[in-house]
Amino acid sequence: MSGVTLSKAIKRFGDLQVIHGVDLEIEDGEFCVFVGPSGCGKSTLLRMIAGLEETTEGHISIGGRDVTRADPAERGVAMVFQTYALYPHMTVEENMGFGLKMTGTPKAEVKEKVTRAAEILQLQPYLKRKPKALSGGQRQRVAIGRAITRGPEVFLFDEPLSNLDAELRVEMRVEIARLHKEIGATMIYVTHDQVEAMTLADKIVVLRGGRVEQVGRPMQLYQNPDNVFVAGFIGSPGMNFLRGTVSGPGKVRVPALGDQEIKTGVPLPDMNTAVIVGLRPQDLGVHQAASPVTVELRERLGGVAYDYLNTPTGERIIVEIKGDEPIAAGAEVAVDFDRERVFFFDAENNRRLR
Amino acid sequence: MNPALQGLLTIAIGVGACVGYFYFANQILDKVIFPARGPNAGRNINRANHIRPWLFLFPAIFALGLYLAYPVVETLRLSLSDREQGGAFVGLDNYSQMMSEPKFWEAMRNNMLWLIVVPAMSTAFGLLAAQLTDRIGWGNIAKSLIFMPMAISFVGAGVIWKLVYETRPDDIAQIGVLNAILAGLGGAPQTWLTIPFWNNFFLMIVLVWIQTGFAMVILSAALRGIPEETVEAAIVDGANPFQIFFKIKVPQIMPTIVVVWTTITLTVLKIFDIVFAMTNGQWETQVLANYMYDKLFRAGDWGVGSAAAIIIMLLVSPILVWNVHNARKEMR
Repeated sequence: MSGVTLSKAIKRFGDLQVIHGVDLEIEDGEFCVFVGPSGCGKSTLLRMIAGLEETTEGHISIGGRDVTRADPAERGVAMVFQTYALYPHMTVEENMGFGLKMTGTPKAEVKEKVTRAAEILQLQPYLKRKPKALSGGQRQRVAIGRAITRGPEVFLFDEPLSNLDAELRVEMRVEIARLHKEIGATMIYVTHDQVEAMTLADKIVVLRGGRVEQVGRPMQLYQNPDNVFVAGFIGSPGMNFLRGTVSGPGKVRVPALGDQEIKTGVPLPDMNTAVIVGLRPQDLGVHQAASPVTVELRERLGGVAYDYLNTPTGERIIVEIKGDEPIAAGAEVAVDFDRERVFFFDAENNRRLR
Repeated sequence: MNPALQGLLTIAIGVGACVGYFYFANQILDKVIFPARGPNAGRNINRANHIRPWLFLFPAIFALGLYLAYPVVETLRLSLSDREQGGAFVGLDNYSQMMSEPKFWEAMRNNMLWLIVVPAMSTAFGLLAAQLTDRIGWGNIAKSLIFMPMAISFVGAGVIWKLVYETRPDDIAQIGVLNAILAGLGGAPQTWLTIPFWNNFFLMIVLVWIQTGFAMVILSAALRGIPEETVEAAIVDGANPFQIFFKIKVPQIMPTIVVVWTTITLTVLKIFDIVFAMTNGQWETQVLANYMYDKLFRAGDWGVGSAAAIIIMLLVSPILVWNVHNARKEMR
């Protein structure tokens, strides 16, 4: 058992509180991703688990042991840093074996474990090289290898791919997923990239301003977001949000769509209350028709295209188009959608209405 | 004339002459020698541009040649000639005479001692001070205090430390700090600077005291340049503070340590003022530079004196080259 549990974890830097009582349960062998915009406290939370930041209040336990006040080395964690943090004066082999050497492991055993980790990551040809002589992707591989060699209960990744170029990032993402399957250890992964979060995670923790917004499996968050923030953050391109007002029982009027009324089964607040209507670009379609909505431009990505629509209220709508039937820029279009796939949020507290 | 006015006038003339040289030399080059007009205007501009750097460098090259290169040649010539034979060429006679003098070997031995002890101690203390002062709130004040001796001239420092080692007869109050402490503890006052062999170290302490500040400032900057993540990675890897310092931090700043070490070594090889002011090479504390001074200016034996100067130069040169090489490598 090597799950990680946080209970009411709080972090303050002087008077500034950055983590506001986080409760979290990460199961043994789970791949958990902390995701959120920059400054949301995701890295701080990870560093608290690593023991590099002191936990001001609350408790952290790893594998059932309370490690709130334990040294990083005693927690059974290994960390992969964004900047790789390789020791520049050591060879790849020495870098990977350093942790074990520090714990007084016999040389032969260190060598064996380094060799095994190098095999997993295909690093054998580079063992005698210094980090300086490696490419970005190779360096990151070494950093991961250093973590594997120590055989930790929990792997911590702090934005490990953000220093790599786009192509390499995809490659390493697959590699990390494969690694998780192979090793089966608990992994906690911090990123601001929701695509990484969606593709890698068993469980996503969406953070904002030091608070957990929602926890759940990737598709759960996508299909069933709790609030406007999560709905907008998960999914690419982001969900379209339009202002609406309740115009009758089970009916919401949306000015941006030419005062179109959307019928819905979700419990709505009182008449004339403002609500937010959320529409995923993937759930929308357009056809040419007399309408106040016009096409501004079309972005073609190959497989799909994005139509940017202008609405009379100035709110912008993005529609994902599968085909490529030509619609001239400036043409009037009607927006099609399935009313079952419309999200409604309270305009006051941004919570989902359901 | 008032001396202040005289000074100002000198400055005005000196600066004016420099500015005038550059301005008029440039004018003559562009207008008279290679005028940028006529059928060969393009060629003339190119030629002028080839010559201009040399024109502007000339005063510096000339001054360096006169005050650095020429003395080397002249010293070499003097070291191969004999005063008593009216400056006749005597080959390596001066060198062999010098080598047969025990005082020279004493100076040589002491110089080697200085060479090992002072850079090692200065760098070690500097590194220690840099690491420790980085971690504490009043570190910057401590740093300023440690750095302060750098501002004192070697002779001044020698005089200060001579007072520290000062000895008074047993029955009157000791004004030397060291003897005062010793007397306070009930010991008999010592004449520190006359205790052979160990007095060398008492002199070295003065230079260590001065150079530690230099080493600290450079190494402190280097320590701050170490990526914080490598230290954090080592913490997660289970390294204790000593291991982090010696296995992660020190290796990463090794190039800087080498530069600091060799820079101090150069100062040490030329050490003169401290010995001159404190013992003047008596009681077996002679060093090469002071030996040279003794021969050259006190005994008037410019043959042997110049030979000593050449020896010092030969010792300094390789380290100097290495130091410049390292410093360049560091900059890249």
